[in-house]
Amino acid sequence: MFYRLHQFAEQRAFILAIFILLTVSVGGLVQIVPLFAIENTIERVQGMRPYTPLELAGRNIYIREGCYACHSQQIRPLRDEVERYGHYSLAAESMYDHPFQWGSKRTGPDLARVGGRYSNEWHVEHLIDPQALVPASVMPSYAFLLENRLEARDIADHLRANRAVGVPYTDEMIENARADMIAQADPSADTTDLLARYPKAMVGNLDGNPATLTEMDALVAYLQILGRMVDFTDVRIEDLTQ
Amino acid sequence: MREASGRWNGKGSVRLPKIGYSTMATALASTGGLPARTRYDEDIVRLFVIAATFWAIVGFLMGVLIAFQLAFPALNLGTEWTTFGRLRPVHTSAVIFAFGGNALIGTSFYVVQRTCRASLFGGPLPARFVFWGYQLFIVLAASGYVLGITQSKEYAEPEWYVDLWLTIVWVTYLVVFVGTVLRRTEPHIYVANWYYMAFIITIAVLHIVNNLAMPVSFFGAKSYSAFSGVQDAMAQWWYGHNAVGFFLTVPFLGMMYYFLPKQANRPIWSYRLSILNFWALIFLYMWAGPHHLHYTSLPDWAQVLGMAFTIMLWMPSWGSAVNGVMTLSGAWDKLRTDPVIRFMAVAVAFYGMSTLEGPLMGVRQVNALSHYTDWTVGHVHSGALGWVAYISFGAIYYLVPRLWHRERLYSNTLVEYHFWIASLGIVLYITAMWVSGVMQGLMWRSYDQLGFLQYSFIETVAAMHPFYVIRALGGVMFLIGGLIMVYNLWRTIRGDQRVEARDTALAGPVAAE
Repeated sequence: MFYRLHQFAEQRAFILAIFILLTVSVGGLVQIVPLFAIENTIERVQGMRPYTPLELAGRNIYIREGCYACHSQQIRPLRDEVERYGHYSLAAESMYDHPFQWGSKRTGPDLARVGGRYSNEWHVEHLIDPQALVPASVMPSYAFLLENRLEARDIADHLRANRAVGVPYTDEMIENARADMIAQADPSADTTDLLARYPKAMVGNLDGNPATLTEMDALVAYLQILGRMVDFTDVRIEDLTQ
Repeated sequence: MREASGRWNGKGSVRLPKIGYSTMATALASTGGLPARTRYDEDIVRLFVIAATFWAIVGFLMGVLIAFQLAFPALNLGTEWTTFGRLRPVHTSAVIFAFGGNALIGTSFYVVQRTCRASLFGGPLPARFVFWGYQLFIVLAASGYVLGITQSKEYAEPEWYVDLWLTIVWVTYLVVFVGTVLRRTEPHIYVANWYYMAFIITIAVLHIVNNLAMPVSFFGAKSYSAFSGVQDAMAQWWYGHNAVGFFLTVPFLGMMYYFLPKQANRPIWSYRLSILNFWALIFLYMWAGPHHLHYTSLPDWAQVLGMAFTIMLWMPSWGSAVNGVMTLSGAWDKLRTDPVIRFMAVAVAFYGMSTLEGPLMGVRQVNALSHYTDWTVGHVHSGALGWVAYISFGAIYYLVPRLWHRERLYSNTLVEYHFWIASLGIVLYITAMWVSGVMQGLMWRSYDQLGFLQYSFIETVAAMHPFYVIRALGGVMFLIGGLIMVYNLWRTIRGDQRVEARDTALAGPVAAE
């Protein structure tokens, strides 16, 4: 029967093409489609919010530089990983990540919860010259980030594009996008509204040079929020079942 | 041999149409007696062979450079365009899509014309559009990475405008290929063409779904993936694993099913096995993606499904490998005398090896150790260097004398050198990565007597250094092998023949046979 069917297809190019298409479609349909449909794929936890405009710009620098090639952002529920990096990663924690940055290789350590672990100064020094702080490190120098001004004049468009793919940016957030981006790295700015829109954002002097908004400001802002949005003190086990 | 040809004729439960597979075997064995209207387009195959060879060297060079960067970070050179993060996708895209892709499209055009006894559909123009369009895709993608334009999805890094361009080129390729199959003067579609067809169709599906994205503006490069987080991860590794399955496995098996029997001058061992393996392989591969996401935030049901299908995938993989190896039965002596056969046979052996290792690493408990380490990198390279590159080298060595109408290669001794130097390089590479991967995985999870983690992360990085140096040297040897091939092919195309003792010495027994 099976071989007959094959022989039938083997003499008809279109039939063969359709059989191939049907055969290869099954796996993806079964594995991908339910992830959108099953409600508890994403855990119900409090605290997740869209990235601030500056964090989003920093995330785009993280992507641009291919940081994911050496750093994962996904802590597995294994004893040593939880002890080394903190609570295992939740699906909810990357629900606004377009695209995801889980990574596949740890040439360097996992960064899923690096936010708040080191000071801003440490990050800046480390990005300028990793070997100065960690002699055995094999990480490249990213000193140029401090020299590159962060332009991102179209940052509101970035928020809009994110909203189009499902990130809940409000009209207010989009309206204030550019102002929020500048204010987050300005120690003298009033950040009350910014922090109301985006709780826990790291504000103030990020790259050690308050006069200019640089790519370093953006990357540090992004690194400092990683893993800090969800408050694990009031998370119950039931909330975490998938 | 008698037994082999019995299988070929499908005795047993397979009922054969009047024009049996023996006819296909004859078609495969001889290319003479064409209908007058059929003139094969071989110029296009030449272009693809040249491009594949060129990009191979570029890809190997980039690989060597980034391997040394991991051993000696000063080689990142302190500029924004030369860091490991930006150059790594240049390496992966150059070897997979530029070297592999050109070898695949080129051989598919060669094989489809001959096994269908028809010239390319649409004449020379669409095929040339595919060629130049594909080269443009490679240049756009690679220059983008260096400038920092990337989607960050592994093996799907090019941004939306490059993806759209590739879609146009790929659909043209599909039309040319299927159109040629439709024009065939043979009743049956030959085995190799099923594999090439599955490759073209499935890559189109994977490419389109995984790259769905929202551009920020029409004039900007940046886009945001249509999916986020866990769904994005699943879509990406459904794509990513099947870039391995349908780019680096299925069509290369098609290559094996044409060039191995041709070079060995033996029919395929089992036609039934090739049918069974084909459908099982393309069905099962599409389920295996979640093994890249074991113990992550992906729900357990998806992880377990991925693991189960990964283990099942072992069977059709070995089925194909067995079919390839057994095709050599009756021609084992050629392994000693013909270095091109040796490339192909060792390719199949590496395929068998890495498709055993893969399902092993796809088991959750093993993956807990191997994931995030160099073991994965070593596994990929045993497949990429040992299987994909070797079967391509074999096909290229087969094709060049025929495409440029030369009696033989310039030098079989140089093919020998290429083989042994590159093989030694692979051994250095994968053993170094096995040791460093397993070691790093064990160091991460080791505890001291007081119950604390024994090693800081940076201690595990420092421990990798000697293995990174060995790996880079392995890469250098593989590159040297590639350069020897380029020289050999260049002299062959010029029409030179090196007089070698081996040719006269070996002529004796072969003639006696």
